Amino acid sequence: MKLASPLKSTLENYGFIFPAVLIFSIFYIYPFIQIFHLSFFEWDGIVPFKDAIPVGWSNFKEISFQDSSWWQAVRNAGFITVVALTLQNILAFLLALACDREIRMKNFYCLIFFIPVVLSEIVVGMTARFLISGLEGADVVNRMLGSLGLSHLAHHWLSDPHTALTTVALVHCWKGFGWGFLIFLAGLQTIPRELYEAARVDGASAWETLRKITIPLMMPVIGLVAILTVLGTMQIFALIIGLVGGEFAGHTSVPVLRILASMQGSSRFGYACAQGITFGMILIAVSFFQYRLSRRAKA
Amino acid sequence: MIAALAAGCGEMPAGTGGSATSAGQKIIVWHWMTDRQDALQELAKRYEAKTGVKIVFELYAPSDAYSQKVRAAAQARALPDIFGILGEKRDFAAFIKAGCVANLTRAMEADNHAWEDLLLKKAVAINEFKAGNPYGVEPGIYGVPIDFMTIEMLYNKDLFKELGLDPDRPPATFREFIEMAGALKAKNMPGLVSGWAEDWMIECLALNYAFNIMGEDKVLATMRGDVPYTDPDWIKVFSLFSEMRESGVLAEGVVTMVNKTAEQLFANGKAVFAFNGSWCVNVYQGMNPTLDYAVMLPPEASDKNPMSIWGNASSFMVNARSKNKEEAVTFLQWLTRRDQQAYLAQRTSNLPVNIECLGNISPILAQFADDVELATHPNLWGVSEFPLVTETLGRGIQSIVIGEKTPEQAAAEVQKVKERESLKKRK
Repeated sequence: MKLASPLKSTLENYGFIFPAVLIFSIFYIYPFIQIFHLSFFEWDGIVPFKDAIPVGWSNFKEISFQDSSWWQAVRNAGFITVVALTLQNILAFLLALACDREIRMKNFYCLIFFIPVVLSEIVVGMTARFLISGLEGADVVNRMLGSLGLSHLAHHWLSDPHTALTTVALVHCWKGFGWGFLIFLAGLQTIPRELYEAARVDGASAWETLRKITIPLMMPVIGLVAILTVLGTMQIFALIIGLVGGEFAGHTSVPVLRILASMQGSSRFGYACAQGITFGMILIAVSFFQYRLSRRAKA
Repeated sequence: MIAALAAGCGEMPAGTGGSATSAGQKIIVWHWMTDRQDALQELAKRYEAKTGVKIVFELYAPSDAYSQKVRAAAQARALPDIFGILGEKRDFAAFIKAGCVANLTRAMEADNHAWEDLLLKKAVAINEFKAGNPYGVEPGIYGVPIDFMTIEMLYNKDLFKELGLDPDRPPATFREFIEMAGALKAKNMPGLVSGWAEDWMIECLALNYAFNIMGEDKVLATMRGDVPYTDPDWIKVFSLFSEMRESGVLAEGVVTMVNKTAEQLFANGKAVFAFNGSWCVNVYQGMNPTLDYAVMLPPEASDKNPMSIWGNASSFMVNARSKNKEEAVTFLQWLTRRDQQAYLAQRTSNLPVNIECLGNISPILAQFADDVELATHPNLWGVSEFPLVTETLGRGIQSIVIGEKTPEQAAAEVQKVKERESLKKRK
């Protein structure tokens, strides 16, 4: 009986996790293996897979050495990510700091800041387009500039190749800062208040308190938010479709749009899978680098 | 992920046809045409009342999602009895080679071509593979067109009057069109709107002008690789877009405009010209029933060759593995007869494919129908361009329109991709 009991317990435990493992295997592991497998074939997604043409590493070679559109898309996504990592996260952190204090209507502000997050990307994109565009919409940005006496800065923000990507990045920051805000606020609330009290007694200024208490203790949270920002931003695409209708001669092209173009525009499923694998590898490498960086900063 | 899920689907036993039916009693039809769904369902009711056969129209929109669904179903052998194929001729050919599409030639040619002769020739040709086609498909007719569309230019007659122009005399030449820019600027009116954020619409106008400037033979020779895109005639085509940009005849942001936005602008009188398909008749009717507009051919840039326009048919294919194949063909024959076609045209404002109905359509639709003879389409050419070349062509023209590249630079880039793809194919 004594021997049977641990076995039974082990089986019970495995029984509990079995459904989750099964679902994970079917919907994540198996498709991933299939994607990897498909990336070595030239296949249009229509003829039976047995008729697909094996091409070895040529899809990956084409991506690496010939597909300049792909790397332009990666650079564009990288630019939006850098803007999000800096502007969006600094804004989120500052607002979280403000809401961490005992201020009136704190919960109301939290709610307001989180609203953009729950909106659909397409809706945000189309609404922003309506607000920004002169011909189709309200031309709000140019009107504001005009009322501030800066009408010489008025511009076709979305249809100028020099400003389209930056406009996309700024709208993305507005849409996404709520996530960072919420996580930062939760992190700030775990910092013992006694530390702030002690600092105040010792005569530390607000800047010193932020630099020597808040930021060091928030490093794990900052690292987490940074990784989530990179993963979320690099996969941006619906917002771009809503804002500028697509790739805009490559100026607002991003990896997911390139993958979709390979699948639907060119019917190159194998190539699209190779792009997906390459993109996944880039994301893993960037996340790993960030993880190491945040660990070093924490140390 | 989608690709993997599509690939990962297990196969259903052949011949299920996707519809668990008692033979001949229920036909499943998949389509993507949101604007036709109500009319098709009404016709399905009429067919059931007449024959006892139930027709179920299943709508899957938007078209991108539909396209993926059909491909995944082809892999899983779970296609319905009747379905539509979105994409290019090579995709159509791939479905046929995968054994998913029935050859309808015998039915079309029965009784001395009775069914075939009832339909617009161009609409039938869209679904036909001729002997020696480059896809290696057995010659035949593989689809049944249910309506036809052409893509042309439209102009707002009221805005023409405001500009002091004759609303019955649109610009006939490219020069006249460009010269209108002065009048447009003076009245601060946006000129041409179109969904040029989508590569295919910009490519469509470019190919119209390519046919006009160099003729069909030379365009097709380019696609076969016998003429480079850097040829002076192609540079002329690219230069037209440069001229349009410089003159100011294009509306602001046309390159980032999706077609729905362009339709809203034109319907609300915020643009003088639109480049749009005949489906717009229904769209404008919904957006602004009082809109006074007319159809015109894209203004000719050359008098050497006729102007061409794009024309394509929305078609249904019969699943070659369906148990209800014969009943499906019978239903499609009924659907393309005069009464049903007249009803579809009246309800959806699309061009009917039954030639007997063409004399009985709305005046604005009739203007589109008048130019059907000038219609052409990549699906009719028997030769296809590499997708990456097409994409680079669209992008290159977008770059010209935003003033980023010269026609020569854009042409050189297209040719570079063409040579790379040709080399890859030869390997």
